[in-house]
Order: sequence, then structure tokens, then C-alpha cells
Amino acid sequence: MTTKTPSKLEKILSEGHLAVTSECGPPRGSNPEHIIKKGELIKDHVDAVNITDNQTSMTRLCSLAACIRLKLMGLEPVLQMVTRDRNRIALQSDILGAASFDINNILCLSGDHQSFGDCPQGQNVHDIDSIQLIQAVRHMRDEGKFLGGDELEGRPQMFVGAAANPFADPFEIRVPRLAKKVAAGVEFIQTQCIYNLDKFEEWMKGVRERGLHKKCYILAGLTPMKSVGMAKYMQKRVPGMDVPDEVIKRLQGVDKGKQAQEGVKICIESIQRLKECEGVAGFHVMAIEWEEKVPEIVEAAGLYPRPNGN
Amino acid sequence: MIVADKKPIEEIIEYLKDHKNILVLGCNECVTVCEAGGKKEVGVLASALRMYASKEGKEVKIDEMTLERQCDREYLDELRDSIDQYDAVVSLACGVGVQFTAEQYHDKPVYPGVNTCFMGATEERGLWTERCQGCGQCILATTGGICPVARCAKRLFNGPCGGSTTGRCEINTEVDCAWQLIVDRLKALDRLDEYEELCPLKDWSTDRAGGPRKVVREDVQQ
Repeated sequence: MTTKTPSKLEKILSEGHLAVTSECGPPRGSNPEHIIKKGELIKDHVDAVNITDNQTSMTRLCSLAACIRLKLMGLEPVLQMVTRDRNRIALQSDILGAASFDINNILCLSGDHQSFGDCPQGQNVHDIDSIQLIQAVRHMRDEGKFLGGDELEGRPQMFVGAAANPFADPFEIRVPRLAKKVAAGVEFIQTQCIYNLDKFEEWMKGVRERGLHKKCYILAGLTPMKSVGMAKYMQKRVPGMDVPDEVIKRLQGVDKGKQAQEGVKICIESIQRLKECEGVAGFHVMAIEWEEKVPEIVEAAGLYPRPNGN
Repeated sequence: MIVADKKPIEEIIEYLKDHKNILVLGCNECVTVCEAGGKKEVGVLASALRMYASKEGKEVKIDEMTLERQCDREYLDELRDSIDQYDAVVSLACGVGVQFTAEQYHDKPVYPGVNTCFMGATEERGLWTERCQGCGQCILATTGGICPVARCAKRLFNGPCGGSTTGRCEINTEVDCAWQLIVDRLKALDRLDEYEELCPLKDWSTDRAGGPRKVVREDVQQ
């Protein structure tokens, strides 16, 4: 595939390398040191870093500012943008602002409901949805126009991504939902954390049957478990998450002090297995508040050194 | 219908603390069906207010009345001859009725006696659920007759989101996932392939976003 943007992530994927991305949550305050430190920890082991946009609806330093921080450090940020908090005016405006700092990747999301966060009494916007946001960015980039029809002075050169959750219900429309994102113009996908590999592979089979893996790059999402408690929490409490009992049993099978290492091991084994899955174009390693583990996982999974994307 | 719920009595007492002649005004339409503001609820609230006044040793006159509708001037005119007896009205109609009553009797304080909640249906006695937000441009033809604006917590037009689990919404396991319902219904209609049609950006100018709305029908105007 040829590239359409200056995105380093797009270039690496287009050259046929298995891409590696990770993500950092911005701080709950104005001190940027936190995000700079996280960036330093992972910068040599990943091709791009997602910056979350008020994930789980907890108010944080904004994704755009944190992306600029990483960009100034020479990293390749992926601007996560949710439609929960901004209407189409603000979305377009922030896209242009990000593009003005040469942020060349965007991940279009609807966002977690605000009831999970620190402002459950707040209003949500949802003027447009994540699929319509994909269309909006593509429209701005490819047509050079605002949604309102006016010409843009300078198009946002953004590689357009979205999320996919193969584990949410109803399962039968999970491949059609990806097809909708592809039809809307998505160019890369980062999936929900994969623990049920059999189900993920079943979804990928459906994706391949429709040739969707040839129309967008699919990055498999992985999050290492830190403990049995975390695994149980994710199994029971996180909507749309599929953690099989075997994962919990395996973590329970080792001493408490070794559970984190076992979690990392499961993550590495999952990457090894999914490298063989046709249509997987890379990995999105989300080590939640555990960024220091990313280099170890990437190295042990045989994904290091990273290609030069310049 | 418009579904309303009772307001806490303490809140109503606080509104009325300086008034001596009060009319509790019910409505015979939606709020009667949802058992929040009909004749029966007018009686219950009036009794409670009288008991409170008597306990506090206050002399307060509280009358009861229920109109056919409070969203219609014709019925509100029935108050014309008696309204001067009162220094306050508690309307148990929806927010429309409260406002329309206040507009008709401009110098009379009209307080809301219920919280107006949504446009919905009676699932069973004591359970009403939302169905419509009156966005002004109905898309039910394309969503299997189930509204994602009113029934999806993120009003997704191309849903479902990644939080849909075993038919339930991510916000609460007691809430149905609207998109699960849409998919099930499209399947029942043998139209599941329509799910893949991209829903364009919605024009919200006919919604609340466009400012206060009106419907003008010259064909029925005299």
C-alpha cells in the first residue's frame, strides 16, 4: 500500500513491518513531567504512542497538549479523540490544531460514558459518532473542506484510525461494524485488549473472508495483567472485555509475587501466537500505568529493534 | 406520552412556605396515566400539604382541581373565575402544562409539582421507559423501529459501541443496548444487511440544538 500522509506509523505499516504502538494516559494535573517520563520509557521500542482522551471519563490534561509534548520529544503521537465531549465545531478545530503541530495520526472514538468518570452529572455531546468522525477527518484531509463545505487553508495530514472490539456483543455484527469503519475511510485499527485468542482468531477469520484486512491495517491490542485482582476486575467490571477463566487460573497458579511476571509472559505468548494470524499488521501494547514493561515485552516478543520510519 | 415523576414533598413545601391560598392543579392527560399528576395524585398531595400546615400550626387553604388538559387554553380558561382566590398554584402537569398555566395567569406564581422526565411508554404498572426525544427528524425507518437517539446512552447512529455486553448497555446492566435491539429487530425483519449502510451526520437543527421549536401547519390554521 502506498502512503497518503507523512505519518511514520503509516510508513512502517506500508513497508510491511509489524508495527508496534503503545499508549500513555495524560496526568490528572498540569505537570507535564509525567507524560514526558512515560514517553522516555518507551520511545525506542514503539513506532507511535497513543495519547488517551479523558479515558474512562476521568478528567485529565488534554490529549492534544500531551501529543504536542511527545511530538516535541521526537516521538510519533496518535491523537485519540472522543466524540463524547466535543461537537463538530470543536472536533474539526482540534483536528486542525493537532495538524498544525504535525500530529499525523488520529484515533476516532466515541468514548466511555461519562457516568464512569469524575463528572457523572455532566452533559455528553455525541453530536457525531466515531464512524462519522472517521468520515469527517477523511473529508477534511482528502477533500480539503470543512464539514460545512468551505475550503480549508491547509489540509490535516492525518493517518486515520479507529478501535474495534471483537469481544463486544452482538458478535455477529462485529465484522460488519469493522466493514462500516472501512467504508467510512478508516486506515488502521487498534483492537480491544485480547485475552480470548480463539475468539479473536474467529473474528479475524470473518475479517479475512471479507478482505477487510487488506483495506486497513489491524493492530492487535494487548494489555499485560499485573495481578489476579486486575484480571478478575477486567473480567467482571469492564464492559466489552472478554477474560477467559483460564487466564485467571494461570495467574492464580503462581506465587503472588510472580503474578505480574506471569501476566507479562501471557502477553508475550499472545503476541507470538498472533504474529502467525493472517491479517494482523502489528501490535498495540497498552501497559496501563506500567509503561516500563513495554520494552521488555517488545524485546521478548521479537519485535525489537524497531524499523526506522523516517 | 409525556412521563413525569413525583417531586419530593419537601421541595414543594419549600416553594409554598409563604403562601396561604393554594390551588393544587392536576391534568387529566399523560400525568394521569403515569400516576404522577392526575386527580388521585392531586388529592394525595393536597392532603399531605394540609397535614403539614396543621402540624406547623399554619392556616393555609388548599383546594384541588384537575383540568382536562393544561396544554390547551380552552381548558385553562376554566380557572378564569376562581384563580383570584389563590396566591399560588402547584401544577402537577408536565413542564408544558406548568408553563402554559403560568402564561395564562401572568401575575400568579405557578410551581411545578412533578419532575417531567421523558416521552415514553408504560411497560407495566409503575414502570415507564423512554422511547423518543423529539429530535424533529425521525430515523426509525432505518433503525428497525428502535431509536438510537433516545435509547443509546451515546446516541450512536452506527453503533453498537464496544461496551455492549449480553444485550445490555455499558452504563448499567439493567439498560438494554439499543443497538442489540436494533440488530435483533433487523434480523427478525430479514434486513440485517441494512446495518452496514452508513448513517450520515445528523442535522440537529430540528432538535433542541436549533433553539425553541415550533410546528406551523397552515393547512389546519383558520
